[in-house]
Amino acid sequence: MSVPTCDVAILGAGIVGAACARALACEGLRVIVLDGNPIGSGATAAGMGHITVMDDSEPQFALTRYSQQLWNDVSDQLPADVEYVQTGTLWIAADEDEMATVRRKHAFYQERGVDTEILDAKAVAEVEPNLRTGLAGGLRVSDESVIYPPCAARWLLEQAQLDRATISLGTQVFPMADRTIQFGDGSSLSCGSVIHATGAWASRLFPSLPIRPRKGHLVITDRYPGWVRHQIVELGYLKSAHGSDRESVAFNLQPRKTGQLLLGSSRQFDVDHKDVEPRMLKRMIARGLEYMPRLARLSAIRAWTGFRAATPDSLPLIGPAEIRGHLLATGHEGLGITTSLGTAELIVSHLTGKSSAISIEPYLPARFQGGTDG
Amino acid sequence: MAERVTLTVNNQPIEAYADTSVAAAVMQTHGLAVRQSVTGQARGPVCGMGVCFECRLTVDGVLHQRACLLPCRDGMKIDTRASSEPEAFAKRDAKPATNASGSERVYDVVVLGAGPAGIAAACCAADAGRRVALIDDNPRGGGQIWRHDPAKPPPREAEGWRDRLRRTSVEILSSTLILGSFAPKTLRAESPTGPCTLRFQRLILACGARERFLPFPGWTLPGIFGAGGLQALVKSGYSVHGKKVVVAGSGPLLLAVAAYLRGHGADVRLVAEQAPRSKLLRFGGSLLWHQPSKLFEAMGLRWQLRGVPYRAGCWPIRTDGAQQVTSVTLTDGSRTWTEPCDAVACGFGLVPNLELPMLFVCAIERGFVKVDEHQQTSVAGMYAVGELTGIGGVDKSLIEGQIAGWAAADQPVRIGGLLNESVRARRFSELLDDAFTLRDELRHLADDATIVCRCEDVTYGALKRFVGQRDAKLQTRCGMGPCQGRICGPALQFLFGWLSDSVRPPIFPTALGNLS
Repeated sequence: MSVPTCDVAILGAGIVGAACARALACEGLRVIVLDGNPIGSGATAAGMGHITVMDDSEPQFALTRYSQQLWNDVSDQLPADVEYVQTGTLWIAADEDEMATVRRKHAFYQERGVDTEILDAKAVAEVEPNLRTGLAGGLRVSDESVIYPPCAARWLLEQAQLDRATISLGTQVFPMADRTIQFGDGSSLSCGSVIHATGAWASRLFPSLPIRPRKGHLVITDRYPGWVRHQIVELGYLKSAHGSDRESVAFNLQPRKTGQLLLGSSRQFDVDHKDVEPRMLKRMIARGLEYMPRLARLSAIRAWTGFRAATPDSLPLIGPAEIRGHLLATGHEGLGITTSLGTAELIVSHLTGKSSAISIEPYLPARFQGGTDG
Repeated sequence: MAERVTLTVNNQPIEAYADTSVAAAVMQTHGLAVRQSVTGQARGPVCGMGVCFECRLTVDGVLHQRACLLPCRDGMKIDTRASSEPEAFAKRDAKPATNASGSERVYDVVVLGAGPAGIAAACCAADAGRRVALIDDNPRGGGQIWRHDPAKPPPREAEGWRDRLRRTSVEILSSTLILGSFAPKTLRAESPTGPCTLRFQRLILACGARERFLPFPGWTLPGIFGAGGLQALVKSGYSVHGKKVVVAGSGPLLLAVAAYLRGHGADVRLVAEQAPRSKLLRFGGSLLWHQPSKLFEAMGLRWQLRGVPYRAGCWPIRTDGAQQVTSVTLTDGSRTWTEPCDAVACGFGLVPNLELPMLFVCAIERGFVKVDEHQQTSVAGMYAVGELTGIGGVDKSLIEGQIAGWAAADQPVRIGGLLNESVRARRFSELLDDAFTLRDELRHLADDATIVCRCEDVTYGALKRFVGQRDAKLQTRCGMGPCQGRICGPALQFLFGWLSDSVRPPIFPTALGNLS
């Protein structure tokens, strides 16, 4: 009996794996998606679902901008449970120093065709009346949105299934160097390529990968429709997100389509348990209250944690791994929801030779191989 | 008699006794539907004890308050209409809530839950000279079974224990909600005066049980209460006088509730017990042999219910009504008929409130907290008593509470004969469990349109295609609402065999400021 075959086996049914499955199946490749857990139940379920363009570096801008446009393209196809809302993003400047950052960001975005608007103190208070008074101003990025990631991952997989992709959940799998996948029941599958879209867990198979799990906490409130309108992020978030501190918090508040408010964020290295840590929760909420004291009265109904797959240079790992036939699609840190669609296009381009709108070069895992580990 | 207070509901003044709950007062004056669900369905209070979150109202401008836990106060402003204008929030609370970390209190023994088990535990630990706190989220102690009833004097046993408690130095913290543990040997709580930290050496968990609700078509209509739920609401001031009530579900609670409601003027039409007659007879026989007092108690209740049919092997299959329930359809497996009614009191047994024991990683065995003969859990210094260790009612609770109270105070010699009584109480608990096992037919009452998760309005049809709780939750939002799965969780376990994935702080919704 011959071993069954497929063109691509994707490990991980999170949003990155799901996006890759959709894009590859659409190209006519025979795709199988494998995950021991339910769809989107890792970092995909834990994250906020903010689709945003970042300006930390040119490659990060390129991937987030490209991906955001891809999300815009599919936005009218998304089913209701994906809870897509174009909220825009409001970056908040607490003082004049941060206003300088606002102006710098504004210029950066404007040069690259992203629609942004500088708001002064009065304008910020008008668009988000629940923010504290005395803020310096902010930057509004209008074309950004919010989704509910687990349902987005499911929708992407459903699209892949329409193109005859196979989804296999709940089974333990062991990918082998020779591009076969061994299953717990002794059966196996032979494939042309193996894509590792396993988030922070990719380093279990590739111990030399420069990926570190970066724990985050979130807390969600009961329903307060209209309480805030934008995804609101403090400019200090960039320091928290890109700094290498062992732990940090930053104010990040998201209005959900349900009327709920999702409050973040925290970042911790070197923590391996999933427990909600009251100490971090406390710090994170206290940070939120500094910006929005009235949040103190809103009812928090649930808190949870998750692990981001962080890399030393804050850029993902997309492309060939050290082992032939194995590809990586991981290391997206806090931007995996946004960049899933762009990542998928880069993987398609790499496997099929089809041209892509941006270059894969800056994201290739090879940048960490052989040389210093960054 | 308590004083009369005036409050407003949707700007309309109403009068109520000060010991009436806001939920009862609003139901009394504005009907059973007190809120709208997320899909716009009319909903009313169900559990009467703060776990179902179906009585959430806007109180003095603060949204989503559980009205069943709030006593009426003079000048209170209640709003049952959903508010969505941001201005409504922006103008309010000009002064932000203070969010100081709150006070810290230090105790030798903290007892969580002021029902019979908790009261007994607190009394013993205090008699042994320990500094003890007794915590409850309800405004008054007594738990569900000894819940204060303004219209009736308390049972003699309850009064005896209350007197004993009064003579101790136990500090009673009522209307205090435990949110979790933010540091070893401490509890984080929300009290009427703000957040506080309770430090303990020993912890006695006496968190009690809630009712198990099973979905059937129409069960979300206002007027379908828990059995204990309706009793609790009547005790907190809701009148069932002259109302046609059908009591249904399972367990000895049904008889007690039916007798209670009848004593308060309800026209109890029927008590429908799902357990078959043969099992009940066997149960009665065992009681006669092992615990005749329990049998006499049941016979006494039955006497109070003379003239009311008690049907074994009979269960509700649907309820109907436009704005609220007007009839319930029941079956005995062969015959199906419809009873007109104004309310249905329906609970399918009790499930322990395991959130706190699970948060403290106490071992759970067959759905209950595992304890040794001194009620100590798998975690040293933590004890579990009463319904947490097996549904057995007030006698078991009092015995276990005393054992844990002495044990937690390092006075094992005083436990003495209680150990034998404890074994007997456990035997009764096992008999109960066997007699009132839920029948398989109850797994098939819901149709595809029947809501299972009341917080998020998730239907049976949407859930049945999933293989586990985690993917069902992530894809449908089932269990993501404010009750945190307390209502749908036990139903999902019964219907599909799914277990909840985890317990995380805060274990009850609370203002964000209380967590900072």
